[in-house]
Amino acid sequence: MKPKSENYITLEFLSRSANEAFARGAVACFAAQLDPTLEELGDIKTAVSEAVTNAIVHAYPDRLGKIAVKARILEGNVLELSIRDWGRGIADVEKARQPLYTTGGEDRSGMGFTIMESFMDQLTVRSEEGKGTRVTMRRRIQTRRPRL
Amino acid sequence: MEMKYKAENRQLTITLSGELDHHAAKGLMESIDRCMEQNLPSKAVLDLGGLTFMDSSGIAVVLRAKRRMEALAGTLVVVNIPRQASRVLETAGLGKYVDLI
Repeated sequence: MKPKSENYITLEFLSRSANEAFARGAVACFAAQLDPTLEELGDIKTAVSEAVTNAIVHAYPDRLGKIAVKARILEGNVLELSIRDWGRGIADVEKARQPLYTTGGEDRSGMGFTIMESFMDQLTVRSEEGKGTRVTMRRRIQTRRPRL
Repeated sequence: MEMKYKAENRQLTITLSGELDHHAAKGLMESIDRCMEQNLPSKAVLDLGGLTFMDSSGIAVVLRAKRRMEALAGTLVVVNIPRQASRVLETAGLGKYVDLI
C-alpha cells in the first residue's frame, strides 16, 4: 500500500546552475515543518543539491531543460523527494551509481549518488535513454517532540 | 561564495565563505589555480570555516587544489571544516588523500 501523503510542494525550473541554491533552499523550508535537526536539514539540502546538479550537468549537457522537484511529507515523519528531468537519460544506472564514476570531467567528483545514498534512507533511480531520469529519495525525520 | 587569500613566506591561506556548490565551483577553481600560479606557495591552507553549505562540488575543488600543490611540490591542508561539509568529505573518504584538520 502506498503511504498517504500529508503535504507536498512541487517546483519547476530551468536547468540553470543558479537554481541549485533555490531548489535546496525551498525544499529545506518545506522540510522545516517536520522539525528536523540542523544535521538532518543539512543532509536533505545536500541530497537535493546533488540530484539537481546531476540533472543540470548530465541530463541537459548542451541545452537548457525542465527540472521538477516534488517534496512530500508522508505518514510517520517521512520526507520523500523526487527530482525529475526530461533529458538524455542514463544508459547504465548501476555504473552511474558507483563511487567516483563520472562523465562530468575534472570539475565533478563522481560522488553525487554515493552522497545521496548515505544521507538519505532510500534512493531509487529510474532512467530511460532519451526520455529522462527520476530520482526518488526518502528520509525519516526523528521526532523530537510529541505531535499535537 | 567568497574567496579571500593571504600569501606570506610561501604559505598561501585561502579562506572560503558562503555556499560551495556546482554553480560556484567552476569560478572558484579558476581563482584558486590563478592564486597558486601567482604565489607559487610551498604550503597551501584551505580554510572552510566560513562555508554555510558544501556539496560534492567541494570534493572536486579540494582534489584539484591538492593536485596543483603536488605539481608545485608543495602540500595542502584543509582546516576549520564545518560539520555539514565534513560529512560530505568523510562520505567521500577524502581523509585518505588530503590532510583534513
